[in-house]
Amino acid sequence: MPFEATIETFAQALSDPARPVPAQTRGREGRPDTRRFAVYRNNVAVGLIGAIEARYPVVRRLVDDAFFRAMAGAFVAAEKPRSPVLIHYGETFPDFVARFEPAQEIAYLADVARLESAWVEAYHAAEAPPLALDALGAIDPKDIGGLRFSPHPAARLLRFANPAASIWAAHQGDGEPRPPDVWRAEEALVTRPEADVLVRVLPPGGYEFARALFAGATLAEAAEKFSGEGVDPGSHLVGLIEAGAFQSLR
Amino acid sequence: MSVSPPTPMRVTAPLPDRGGVGLKADHVEQILAERPDLGFFEVHAENYMGDGGPAHRRLEAIRALYPLSLHGVGLSIGSPKPLDKDHLKRLAALVQRYEPGLFSEHLAWSSHNQGFLNDLLPLPYTKRTLATVCDHIDQTQEALGRRMLLENPSTYVLFAQSTISETDFVAEIGRRTGCGLLLDVNNVIVSTTNHGLDPIAYLDAYPLRHVEEIHLAGYADAQDDAGRPLLIDAHDSPVRDHVWALYAETIRRVGPKPTLIEWDNDVPVWPVLLAEARRAEATMARVLAASEQKALRHAV
Repeated sequence: MPFEATIETFAQALSDPARPVPAQTRGREGRPDTRRFAVYRNNVAVGLIGAIEARYPVVRRLVDDAFFRAMAGAFVAAEKPRSPVLIHYGETFPDFVARFEPAQEIAYLADVARLESAWVEAYHAAEAPPLALDALGAIDPKDIGGLRFSPHPAARLLRFANPAASIWAAHQGDGEPRPPDVWRAEEALVTRPEADVLVRVLPPGGYEFARALFAGATLAEAAEKFSGEGVDPGSHLVGLIEAGAFQSLR
Repeated sequence: MSVSPPTPMRVTAPLPDRGGVGLKADHVEQILAERPDLGFFEVHAENYMGDGGPAHRRLEAIRALYPLSLHGVGLSIGSPKPLDKDHLKRLAALVQRYEPGLFSEHLAWSSHNQGFLNDLLPLPYTKRTLATVCDHIDQTQEALGRRMLLENPSTYVLFAQSTISETDFVAEIGRRTGCGLLLDVNNVIVSTTNHGLDPIAYLDAYPLRHVEEIHLAGYADAQDDAGRPLLIDAHDSPVRDHVWALYAETIRRVGPKPTLIEWDNDVPVWPVLLAEARRAEATMARVLAASEQKALRHAV
């Protein structure tokens, strides 16, 4: 059998347990050996499920281990990594969770997965000194409205239909998690201005304001998007800068 | 083109003929605080292919104090498919950034049409596959601008169409490409046990003069369909006694070499891992002393 066909048959059998052990393989009895080939099948499945477990520890806590393994197992069977850089693998898992029928009754599960995925992206994002608040002080007040801000490479904005950020926060550390005080939609900013990843719940309506700035709008244009009550765009801008959301302004 | 100078205050790159361990994030704080006397650290290249963040900060801090061995687990050198050019570029960038004393990869494949399968998978040993592997090693050495080491695999199956022994296959790769070799002594025990071969005969046939690094690890026990022992390269436990014995025999033949303890799953607390590396150093010292005594007796 040609090299290409041998490897293709081997790879297909690894990915699909219904396929027979490849006929070209040999154990010590001179024929294909199910338990020997199972070592490879197991290595592939366990390794990839482990990568999903490592990226989504809170999702794992929110369901039980057996449920998580089954869900992650279904994901890795459906979507193999496109690159050998496994730190990027599993970025599509939140969408999979959202479609995964047995998980439908936990409405916030896919949202928590989105937050955990953004956390990992921020963790591995490029280093850059965050914009300091002093930079605003140097601007002529009449020019403030025309300012544009470049987002920090680690900054991610998220909008949830559930209090996913509060649920996530309650599951950090080993203590018994408490349910959120208020059950409401949340918007969050994930940043990593220095070594540590930070997750902040945005003030109500702050997502559209920040998203406009991230997309290159001027401060005046973004302020029109701000719909929060009781918080002015200026203090929200200060909050974003203090969280390390930006890299520079112009 | 300007070449950026090496980061000041970094120790030199070459790996000493001493013990080293695979770097684990959980150990870094203690290592930086205690600065143990150790030959080197090794990392999996793919874990440092993010743009920035704590992983790079930790590795920079370690690299300032210790020589580094960069070990790839995703290049898929043994695949019939062309090498992933983007991956070669990422590897080249890491080599440039961290100035590792060694770069090594595996005689195995891990990616195919289905994607990256995250395991070191076996290939048939034939003239055709030999040509492909040599071509891939040539491309890798060209892209990195340096020699690489090739590691012998742990295997659980053989292929009906193989016409060349693993040792002859590796020897011919070394001859054609000029690459060095990473001898994984645990893999020798695992593969020879799994295929009913003699590990000493494997060493006899192996091109030992090209060995520049040694790996040691723990394996797990299983059985095949016929109930014969099937060893699994698990990296989850201490190095076994007969692996230590084969290591001592290897050192007797090749002299002291940089020796890595690989313990990637169920990772122990730092002192346990360090003690394994110390045992490798003690073994090298013991074998060296024995051969010097023997030489002395012959001289007298």
